[in-house]
This record gives sequence, structure tokens and C-alpha cells, in this order.
Amino acid sequence: MTKSNLQKVLESGIFAVTGELGPPKSAEREKVEHHAKILKGYVDAVNLTDNQTAIVRASSIACGKIILDLGVEPNIQITCRDRNRIGIQSDVLGAVALGIKNILCIQGDHASFGNEPQAKNVNDLDSINLISTLKKMRDEQELLGGDKLEAPIDIFIGAVANPFADPFEYRAYRLAKKVAAGADFIQTQAIYDMERFERWMEKVRELGLHKKVPILAGIIPLKSVGAARYMQKNVAGMIVPDHIIDRLKAAEDKKAEGVNIAVEMIKHLQTIEGVAGVHIMAVAWEEIVPEIVKRAGLYPRPKFD
Amino acid sequence: MIVGERKPLAEILKAIEPYKKVLILGCGECVTVCMAGGDKEARETALALSIARRKAGNPLEVKSHTVERQCEFEYLESARQMVEEADVVVSLACGVGVQTMNMHYEDKQTLPGLNTTFMGMPVESGVWMENCLGCGSCVLEETMGICPIARCSKSMLNGPCGGSQDGKCEVSKDIDCAWHLIVERMMKFNKLEQLQEVKPPKDWTPSHHGGPRKMIREDVKL
Ligand code: SF4
Repeated sequence: MTKSNLQKVLESGIFAVTGELGPPKSAEREKVEHHAKILKGYVDAVNLTDNQTAIVRASSIACGKIILDLGVEPNIQITCRDRNRIGIQSDVLGAVALGIKNILCIQGDHASFGNEPQAKNVNDLDSINLISTLKKMRDEQELLGGDKLEAPIDIFIGAVANPFADPFEYRAYRLAKKVAAGADFIQTQAIYDMERFERWMEKVRELGLHKKVPILAGIIPLKSVGAARYMQKNVAGMIVPDHIIDRLKAAEDKKAEGVNIAVEMIKHLQTIEGVAGVHIMAVAWEEIVPEIVKRAGLYPRPKFD
Repeated sequence: MIVGERKPLAEILKAIEPYKKVLILGCGECVTVCMAGGDKEARETALALSIARRKAGNPLEVKSHTVERQCEFEYLESARQMVEEADVVVSLACGVGVQTMNMHYEDKQTLPGLNTTFMGMPVESGVWMENCLGCGSCVLEETMGICPIARCSKSMLNGPCGGSQDGKCEVSKDIDCAWHLIVERMMKFNKLEQLQEVKPPKDWTPSHHGGPRKMIREDVKL
């Protein structure tokens, strides 16, 4: 059984860094390759989003294979929105056959947000069911329906957590549930409200979850005041405090300030007990990732074998 | 109850365009209570259609009638003569009523005059909410009497998802997040620990996903 690079990094105890890549609204392989080349060497794995915000894009698995061919480790996202358990399990087998090892289980934004708002939302499984399904496939070599797989599969199962969604009191318990279902690692929603994140981490530690699962804290570097405002107002389950917006407003060079904020946050996150890494989601601003990683003191990335 | 909404008049007019004699058939049950397809609405619809057709220079002979319950064969007999005299029937009952009519009066076509919207209840005057999907295996005992299948936009069993904020669903500020309500109610009854249990994937076969359903009870069969 071979482990993914991300798993090796996390098991070594080194502070992990993952990146994110949004597949194109086209079949342009070069675009995927271009972004992967920018991230190469600066992150331990790259998430490939699965029709994020319900907008039709190239398949996360296909794009995962494209970056894998360039020597960049993919972490493919699978949502519950578009496929039932037959489609999902089939895709997992196909992804593993292509050499993909990290799979992130998410519920998926409702189709009403996207460019096919009349679509039927599948949601045959929910995200926690999805985690346990993957665990069953790997640990018991069995499909959800009980049929045996003809050979074992090796996957590193990821899940997401959003400390900024409500009800807050329940959020750490929800993480506990994902861990109980079989999550091997966690990536969080982007953090701007550090105070709330720390309160959530306190509860996470109280429940001992940080000892059971490595948590990668989400970061989205801000490019402009408009982008910050947009997230504050329009993105479900996100909190952008006013002080962040004010700080950007006051800055002459907004982009530089956005990078400063991201770097400061990453440095601070490294001091929080139970935070095992960061997940930098600079979609459409991939070229900034090397600078952030370097300035946060996280470069070079570890190499195994 | 079953909640419905009358189709726009233009749509009904288009459907009955080829016909000269039309019967508008209301139902005295759910759609009367939700003010979409009872006797009053049947009369109003008949009148509106008649005026519209007269204006269009294509007069329509239209009658209205309401049966006590359109979803059972025995109640449909009271309309027999009017059904037979009409070229076509427009039913203001739910989809069940429309189909019962087409089965009972095989030689006559009954068209839908209503969109059957959902199974639900009135929450205040003029507002109805959906709260059951008829999934065939009730989980309300696990969710404090709030249905996550019908009332969570993603029918989650282990919710709430990451889009829940300020008690509202990510889909719209007009939708209460069902899981927020469930969590709050669990806290109220000191039962939040119940939520730690990982619920297995739902068996959808008792729901419509298992194909059209039929219930047979030997104890009451003749
Ligand atoms: S916000 Fe609440 S109701 Fe809406 S999909 Fe998420 S859990 Fe379900």
C-alpha cells in the first residue's frame, strides 16, 4: 500500500500546505497544466474542485490526472450533489485506477447557485455518508451495498469543516462525526474571523479531535476590497469581519496587503495547537502562492522517497 | 394536506383551445382548504375562461362543478352527466384527482388546471410550507419532529451543511435551515448528543426512487 504525499507529510508532523485549482469551463488541458506548474514544489497536494458553486467545469478527476502527469499530487473533491452512490463509487474506482490517492468528501453547493439551476440535486448520500462509504471501500473492500471489491484500494480520505457556519455550538461535534465516519484529514473553510476559528479549535481540542485527525486551516488571499465584500455578503457559510475590510481599504496596494494578511494568518495558525497545516485557495490567483508559502516560512516543501 | 396552485389562465386557455364545451371540476378536500381548487375557484376559473374566450371571438360553453373528493371513484359519479356533456374536463384537484378522473371516465379527457405543489400545511394566513416528501420511512423520531428529507434543501441525514448561517438555508433567506431548527430543538431538550451518531445512507427504495408505490392491506381487502 502506497501512501499519498500529503499523508506522508501529515504523518511526519511537518506543517502541511495544500493548494487549490479550479478546473476550466472548457477542455483546455494547458490551463490546468499552467496552474499546476505554478503550484508545483510549493504545496504538498492540490485540490481539484468538483463543479464548485454548481458551475459546470472540467471533471475534477480528469484534471487530477492531468496534474498527476506533471508530478503534482491531486486531492480530488467529490460532491454528493451530482451523482448517486453508483456514480460516486464508480468514479472513486476510476480515480484510484488513474493513480489518485487523496479524495475530499463534500456535500456541494446547491444547484440553484450555479449555471444549471434547473438541475435535479441528487444528494443520495450526504457528505458524512460519503466519508463512511469510502472508508468501507478501503477498509472492508466492500461497496456500500455489500458487494465485494475484487481488489483492495488505497485512498486518503479528506473531509471539510466550516467553523463559520451555524449553529456554532454544533460545529465541533459535526467534525467529531466526520472523524467517526472515517475522515483521515480535514480542510476548513477560509478563515478571516480568527477569533471564532480559535474558539472552534478550543472545542475541537476539548473533544480531543486534533489528536485523531490533522486539520488544515483554510486561507484565501484577498485581492481587493470588492472581493472581500463579495465574500462577506454573498458566500454561504463565510464570515469576513469588518476590520479585515477596513485594513484593505486603508492600504495603498490592496493586493500586497491581502498577501500580508494571509501570511500573518498562516504564521499565527502555526502557533495554534491542533492546526496541522494550511490549505491555500488562491483560485484565479495561483501565481501568488509561491510568495505566500515562502514568506510564511514554509518553503521548501518536504520530499519523501 | 396536499397544497396546489392554479395554473395561469393563459396556460389553461391554451390547453382548451380546441374545445367548445368545458367542465371545470373542483375538489372539496385539500385544494379547497388551500384555496386553489375548491368550488369558489372552480366558479371563478369558469367565469374567467368564458370571458377570455368571448373576447377572443371564440365563445366557450363552460360549466363548473365540485365533487366532495376527487381522489376516490365513488365521489365522481355526481358529476357524470356534466362530464358526459363536456368535450373536455379541466380538474382543479391535485394530480391524484386528475388521474382518478381519467381512470374513471376513460372515454373523456381530464386536463390539469392546477400545479400540485407539495404536501404541507398553512403556517399563517396565505402561507403554506412543505414538510413531508412521503419518502416511505419516517425519521421524525430522530430529528425532533422536523423532517430533514423534506425541509433540508439537500435532504441531509447528518446535517447541517456548511452553508447554514443565521438559521437560514444557503439556498435562500426565505428558507429556514431545517438542521438549524433540529439542533436548536435538540439543545432545548438536552439531546444534542443524539446528533453524534453517524446515520447510515438512506434506503430510498420505500420512496418514489424505488418506482411507483402501491400499498396492499390484506386485512381490509374485500
Ligand atoms: S443550509 Fe440547512 S437546510 Fe439548507 S441545505 Fe444546508 S443543512 Fe440543509
